Amino acid sequence: MTDAVANSLAVAPSQSAPTARVRSYWGGVWQRLRYDYVTLFCIALIILIVLSAVFAPWLAPFDPYKSSMANRLRPIGYKQFLLGTDEQGRDMLSRLLYGGRVSLLMGIVPVILATVIGGLFGVVAGYYGRKVNMGIMRTMDIFFAFPSVLLAVAISGSLGGGITNQMLTLTVVLIPPICRVAETATSQVRNMDFVDAARATGASTTSILFTHVLINVMSPVLVYASTLVSISIILASGLSFLGLGVSPPTADWGLMLSTLRQSIYVQPLVSAIPGVAILVTSIAFNLVSDGLRQAMDVKA
Amino acid sequence: MWLYALRRIILTIPILFGVTVICFALVQIAPGDPIQNLLSPTASQADAERLRAAYGLDKPLPVQYVIWLGKVLVGDMGMSIANNTPVTGEVLRAFMNTIVIAMIAVVIAFVLSTIFGVAAAYRSGGLVDKAITAVAVFGISVPTFWLGVILVIIFAVNLSWLPATGMGAGGSKGFDYLSWSDFRFAVMPIIALALPPLGIMTRTTRSSLSEILNQDFVQTLRAKGLTETEVMIHAVRNIMPAAVAMLGLQLGYLIGGSVLVETVFTWPGTGYLLNKAILTRDIPLLQGTILVLATAFVLINLVVDLAQSLIDPRIKRS
Repeated sequence: MTDAVANSLAVAPSQSAPTARVRSYWGGVWQRLRYDYVTLFCIALIILIVLSAVFAPWLAPFDPYKSSMANRLRPIGYKQFLLGTDEQGRDMLSRLLYGGRVSLLMGIVPVILATVIGGLFGVVAGYYGRKVNMGIMRTMDIFFAFPSVLLAVAISGSLGGGITNQMLTLTVVLIPPICRVAETATSQVRNMDFVDAARATGASTTSILFTHVLINVMSPVLVYASTLVSISIILASGLSFLGLGVSPPTADWGLMLSTLRQSIYVQPLVSAIPGVAILVTSIAFNLVSDGLRQAMDVKA
Repeated sequence: MWLYALRRIILTIPILFGVTVICFALVQIAPGDPIQNLLSPTASQADAERLRAAYGLDKPLPVQYVIWLGKVLVGDMGMSIANNTPVTGEVLRAFMNTIVIAMIAVVIAFVLSTIFGVAAAYRSGGLVDKAITAVAVFGISVPTFWLGVILVIIFAVNLSWLPATGMGAGGSKGFDYLSWSDFRFAVMPIIALALPPLGIMTRTTRSSLSEILNQDFVQTLRAKGLTETEVMIHAVRNIMPAAVAMLGLQLGYLIGGSVLVETVFTWPGTGYLLNKAILTRDIPLLQGTILVLATAFVLINLVVDLAQSLIDPRIKRS
């Protein structure tokens, strides 16, 4: 009986047959991803890091701001301080958990903002071409004249420190590369037959952009954006390291690294911990974006 | 060829123009009124207006920009607020310190990445490939300033092999890169600078090499009876133009991105200057340093493109 059904489907494909038998695009992506153990492990790691940052108030064994002159710079595993204490006697583990909140926020929010803004500019430039393209892409070229770290330091250094300025800076720095990727993808899609067909049937520009172009531009842009998360985290921690991030009592991995730098002669291992957190997070995001690129079969 | 070069050079002009606009804008987005900082608290409104006029800050922005640009073109980038010395001299002196270690770092990264890339692509999927890929991922993901701190902990604190910071007693004057007693100050900054480009270039070399090795002409070479080494040489020659372009781009990134590494090692280059400018909120110094670095980046890219078109005749046709 099952054979009969299968045969009938094979012989006379009905309307519902393709959806029943052919894997969808995302189904295919998942099929490839589920055997990629490195990527799966990194996704799990990222979820763990995010959860520990979100639930920091419940997980942290101590108040991350409570300093103690008696317990300054204790080694790893000293009494109840699992990861030791920092230069003001604050518990490292608690500060690390709280610090993850700022650092992850800085990795993710600017990338989302830049993907929306840069993607929009890129799609518009790629779709309309000519003068619009010239105007947008030549402006972006000027930003490409600055290495990303330099641009970040320039804007952040002029605006001054603080969490809002840092977020603003990172967003501005990340917009041009996303815009360029979106523009390239859009101008490739724009000339494809199905877009012409849609135009010939009288579809409006907005509907072509949203139903045909955007869907096809989405995967290269998202894969590219995922590579930017780790860049954003590193840039943000670099800015904090230079004193251009959150202001001191707040915990942030880059800032912790910067203040503990004075203590490397006393507690080298404890001083290195915030950097390990940055490194592990950034490696995890990098490997996940590699895996996504392969699973989604995007060349970029 | 000459037409391509000319076109490429002309295209650089609007970019440089844009760079000056952004650098000018940096002062405008900086919070606070520069005049208020110069005035004594008891100064009247009229005093403020007089001073504003004296500095030309009462004019409309485009006029201010043209005046500023005119000065920059003759090498006058204003005075550093903290030291009250001309910005131009200070930046150029620091720039020399930065570009030397950046160049050494990028050449080391280039040589190693070519070797690593070849080794990884030759047995792609094997143990060597996996190990090299791991090194590359580490290089891309590591925050350079943390790497710097780790290097200091290992080589300066634990082993006492290398000095932790600075350029030695003599400072940058008379610093001799060829003598070990001076050069050892540069070793750790160079390693910290070299690792990220090493990671990026290894990945690129590996992926473009394995793409080449899958092409038909490689089969033909093997069928012709060439040894594996000879086949590899053919393949490597194919990726060289792209690799050279990458080298230039990375050099540019290092010059601009060395601010963190130089801060860790208090290496007196442009990056250290930027850090100083940020700490003291010395906006003219910040602006001047950024302008010089971005201009250098644009010019390096220009030279790289021209060099690439010399190596690879396919480029000028497109």
